[in-house]
Amino acid sequence: MLQVKNLTVHYGVIEAIKEVSFEVNEGEIVTLIGANGAGKTTILKTISGLVRPTAGEIVYQEDIIQKATPRAIVQKGLSHVPEGRHVFSGMSVMENLEMGAFLRRDKKAIRQDIKKVFDLFPILEERKDQDSATLSGGEQQMLAMGRALVSKPKLLLLDEPSMGLAPLFIEQIFRIIKKINEEGTTILLIEQNAAVALEIATKGYVLETGRIVESGAGKDLLQSEAVQRAYLGA
Amino acid sequence: MRMLNKTNIGWLALFLLVFALIQGAVLVGWIDAFYEIALVTILINVILAVGLNLIIGYSGQFSLGHAGFMAIGAYAAGIVTKQIPNYGGLLVGMLSGMVIAGLVALIVGIPTLRLKGDYLAIATLGVAEIIRVAILNMGGLTNGAAGLSGIPYLSTWFIAFLAAVFVIILIANYTRSSVGRATISVREDDIAAESLGINTTRYKTVAFVLGAVTASLAGSLHATYFSVISPDQFTFMRSIDILIIVVFGGIGSLTGSVIAAAVLGVLNVFLQPFGSLRMILYALALIFIMIFKPSGLLGTKELQLSKWFNRKKKQTQRQPVKQKEAAR
Repeated sequence: MLQVKNLTVHYGVIEAIKEVSFEVNEGEIVTLIGANGAGKTTILKTISGLVRPTAGEIVYQEDIIQKATPRAIVQKGLSHVPEGRHVFSGMSVMENLEMGAFLRRDKKAIRQDIKKVFDLFPILEERKDQDSATLSGGEQQMLAMGRALVSKPKLLLLDEPSMGLAPLFIEQIFRIIKKINEEGTTILLIEQNAAVALEIATKGYVLETGRIVESGAGKDLLQSEAVQRAYLGA
Repeated sequence: MRMLNKTNIGWLALFLLVFALIQGAVLVGWIDAFYEIALVTILINVILAVGLNLIIGYSGQFSLGHAGFMAIGAYAAGIVTKQIPNYGGLLVGMLSGMVIAGLVALIVGIPTLRLKGDYLAIATLGVAEIIRVAILNMGGLTNGAAGLSGIPYLSTWFIAFLAAVFVIILIANYTRSSVGRATISVREDDIAAESLGINTTRYKTVAFVLGAVTASLAGSLHATYFSVISPDQFTFMRSIDILIIVVFGGIGSLTGSVIAAAVLGVLNVFLQPFGSLRMILYALALIFIMIFKPSGLLGTKELQLSKWFNRKKKQTQRQPVKQKEAAR
């Protein structure tokens, strides 16, 4: 479904990503793990068109997308949930979800998809008229994910959904990620919390300073030395 | 029929009421020539403040060059109406000013609004100054530092009122449209907006251009009402004056901008007898507002007739229920 081939990204003269290649197949949960500065977020931003690569190719469902605008990429069914809780404060929870449907015109289906989001995150329905700034951190993360789902993605890009959340919330969020995947959305997940991410992932890649150092099935990687190294920095 | 719903009729009634009150006061003689100048100044400031509030309050960009765009409108209308001294000329002048102001805003906006951060503030500061210096040096066309005089008195308070109503309706509807929503979402969180496929530069630019165009309209009214314009009327201080109105009324509240323009306009008139003390009292009034109401008079609240009507409807719906309960 998504192939990243020899992707290289520069921030000015700094080479943030060095010839990274990986693949996401339909129906999978693929996770990229790595410490701070490994280049995880950069890869995700490049896929969703927010950052331009210097070399390499991104192929999504047979289309080459590394030169497409973020708008065209969202329209193709690729939704990015950025790192940190980016909700539109000052807008209610409902209005936030409606913003997710910004590029859609099929009003009826949008209503249904918002309902589906409420089924996944019942707490959002309870707070739908509340200003999104008044939500807790975990609820804001749920809202950001829900909003991305309203754009009806085929591939959902999640950037550190566990950031700054209590263990209980992390567990809940990951259960929901698994459920979203089971309902037919492919997921590319970026995480520092390797243990939780690899637990649900079909496939994982370990990044270290802009390079992929190891890859394999989720559960195998969990035991691997490279993972230990990426996390303990030894 | 959707155009003629209760809310819109309510707004129309409100505008007509305000108009009738002013017209009545003019006929009775309460508003004489002196107060009429204050009235038109208020109306022009309403247009300027509402336009600037779109840029600052809704797109979250800081513009310090509103007076520059006003100058474009003033000189365009002044130059054209001196050649064609009738309402056709006024219309041509207004429109050409709006087009030029819009183009200048585009040229400044596209490169600076691609960046994140307050680059627009610095760019507009420079542009307003460039416009003023250009006007100063355009020779016979703008008559340099002496400015243009003898511009036909074409604008009346009625035209200014119509223009103000038009701008308020235009911008209020803009902020409630889906484009407006996109603009607000860029202000709140540009990363999230971009990840939803919203072109952040485009919506910031549209808001900025729209604000500049309305400023130009206000400038055209200014020129054809006061008949005399000169470059020193459109300095940085004029931009700050408009900014004060926006901040005073509440950044993000169009209602606030309208009220603040009126309050500050009236305050100015009543402080006139105090001579040079006026500016001190004016400043004190501003300081007190900022101490006791830092978010401005209205914060981000708006006067919304739709809410008011709906509340009334809910109340009338509730009553029968109560009667039923009482019957039990």
